[in-house]
Amino acid sequence: MKSENGHGPSNHKPKIAIFKLASCDGCQLTLLDAEEALLDVLGAVEIAWFPEATPRVLKPPYDLGLVEGSITTHHDAEYIHQVRKQCRVLIALGACATAGGIQALRNFKDLGATLRKVYTTPGSISALKMSTPIADHVPVDFELRGCPISKAQLLEVLGAFLAGRKPNIPTGAVCTDCKRRGNTCVLVAQGTPCIGPVTQAGCGAICPAWGRGCYGCFGPMESANTASLRDRLVELGQSEADIARTFRRFNAWTWPFREISEKAERGAGETRS
Amino acid sequence: MSQTRTIKVDTLARVEGEGSLYVRFSGSHVSEVKLRIPEPPRLFEGILEGRSYEELPDIVARICGICPIAHQMSAINAVEQAFGVAVHPSIRALRRLFYCGEWIESHALHIYLLHAPDYLGYEDAILLARDHKARVEAGLKLKKIGNDLMALLGGREIHPVSACVGGFYKVPTAADLRKMRGPLEEALDLAVETARFVAGFEIPDFEQPYEFVALRHQTEYAINDGRVVSSKGLDIAVDQYLDHFVERQVSHSHALHSSIRGRGSYLVGPLARFHLNFDRLPDSVRGLANELGMTPECCNPFKGIIIRALETVFACEECLRLIDEYEPPPAPRVEVHPRAAVGQGCTEAPRGLLYHRYELDENGIIRTARIIPPTAQSLKRMEEDLYFLVGKMAALPTPELTHRCEQAIRNYDPCISCATHYLQVTVERE
Repeated sequence: MKSENGHGPSNHKPKIAIFKLASCDGCQLTLLDAEEALLDVLGAVEIAWFPEATPRVLKPPYDLGLVEGSITTHHDAEYIHQVRKQCRVLIALGACATAGGIQALRNFKDLGATLRKVYTTPGSISALKMSTPIADHVPVDFELRGCPISKAQLLEVLGAFLAGRKPNIPTGAVCTDCKRRGNTCVLVAQGTPCIGPVTQAGCGAICPAWGRGCYGCFGPMESANTASLRDRLVELGQSEADIARTFRRFNAWTWPFREISEKAERGAGETRS
Repeated sequence: MSQTRTIKVDTLARVEGEGSLYVRFSGSHVSEVKLRIPEPPRLFEGILEGRSYEELPDIVARICGICPIAHQMSAINAVEQAFGVAVHPSIRALRRLFYCGEWIESHALHIYLLHAPDYLGYEDAILLARDHKARVEAGLKLKKIGNDLMALLGGREIHPVSACVGGFYKVPTAADLRKMRGPLEEALDLAVETARFVAGFEIPDFEQPYEFVALRHQTEYAINDGRVVSSKGLDIAVDQYLDHFVERQVSHSHALHSSIRGRGSYLVGPLARFHLNFDRLPDSVRGLANELGMTPECCNPFKGIIIRALETVFACEECLRLIDEYEPPPAPRVEVHPRAAVGQGCTEAPRGLLYHRYELDENGIIRTARIIPPTAQSLKRMEEDLYFLVGKMAALPTPELTHRCEQAIRNYDPCISCATHYLQVTVERE
């Protein structure tokens, strides 16, 4: 994302590669869902690797790599190093790539038991014990949050890359978006459990707009005060098990969420014993 | 002695998710077909244990970014069956409207961006758009209207947040829905144009004796409920599904293969629905089908693109009908009382029958989960299509044959993320 990337003056169209690891496809679909901008975006760049859209393959190096998905297999743990070497700028797209995703719930469980529930002979399945974000394996130039990512933020990141500037992605809480949208606070006014106060903005505060609490798609905001929110959730009658589940969703493996869910889980264990 | 040839494509493109295909044959004798799905397993059935029914629609949406509503609806149906929840007819109508939005979006995506380039000799939709810009833009417009409808009802088109057991967190007013009337009328025109456009494609001559399986409803073209029926006489309630269908793990794939007990492979999706429920389509859609030479007897998978377009026409008409008849329910959702029970739900995802089953405890916590997506049900049948296709077209030069194989897989609009999986094509001649 530095300005000296050299695209500006030359006629060279930047080569973009889009990779998919363990994920639902939703973040790369977000690009295809940018219907009105799609043909312009695709015209401004050269698609070098994007199997979902085209069989065309251009040789590396690539100016920009976008990675959707988390690392869950031995193969992908090696492959991501190759991807990193091929891409001058590497951007992790979405909760799987930035936080391990929903599949990181396996990190809190016995993987063997989980595999046996899905496959009769789990021995033939190649899976790591943990689902981990890209940045645990290789340096990442920018992480775009969300489950799924926001279309507007994706276009902002691509535009910033093409212009050689830093992307303008706010890092405040969902509460900011909620106020801007004019939502009534579900936590204060309705006593509905909501983790918007500790979750990064970006979705447009859609859950509170639909009368329900935020469930944390965009992961923890910077310096999130999870302890204070936890107290509030307890006052609202949430059990330790409820709190553990609340923070164990699509960004469960990020530290502030993981810390609070592990503490709640220990609390739930003590209550039972 | 027939010549030994190898065709290899490392990554099959223009499918949702990634995987590989291997065919070995000599002359017209095919000795081996393997659709490899090494995409990382995400283990949803394990993840869901210990979670509450209230979180279920949010979690299962993440199985697939292309068909999150399908997963939400099958899961919600299953839990409502377990808890004995009856929803208001307006909620049922809103769910159908929501689901039609996903059909429009998913079908338009597949027709224009993934499948049409095969028929017109382009590598991808980017190159297709260079020569047929207005056509591709019309397709993207159609796709966008489906997305806009999903976002209106669900907050966003990918992983929408509105659906819950018992109804919705919030329902639209009749005035909210009427705002979509204009765009949907435009979508209907675009869908009809699409159907005429794809019906003009050159279609390979290839028919298969499929056993078609789909939901069937008493009066409607089934989407969100009905009985599971087949073209060979199967007619069962959703909760008898596991008595009649079996899943098997195969060594070359992270997807489980499905078959009908005692019979073998079967076909779900647009061809199956069109075959089994043609009489449930409105006169206008049947009329258009007749005009385009499409009959319910169609068993050529390469014509699936035409049926997808006809289903898009149907979905647009259905949306307009549902919007015109909509009256907001007395409450966005009914009260739900968890109880220890097993529930099963089947709906028609854009790609076909999607089965969910949950065992829940008295607090509504999931004890076991089972999910059988359409692409997993189709894998065995996809391999069989390749087997017969390569046998029939073995005389074709290697690049053409490889292309036909890829196109044959794309006929299924496979959603490999749903089936948890990866696709790559290798065709080897011995």
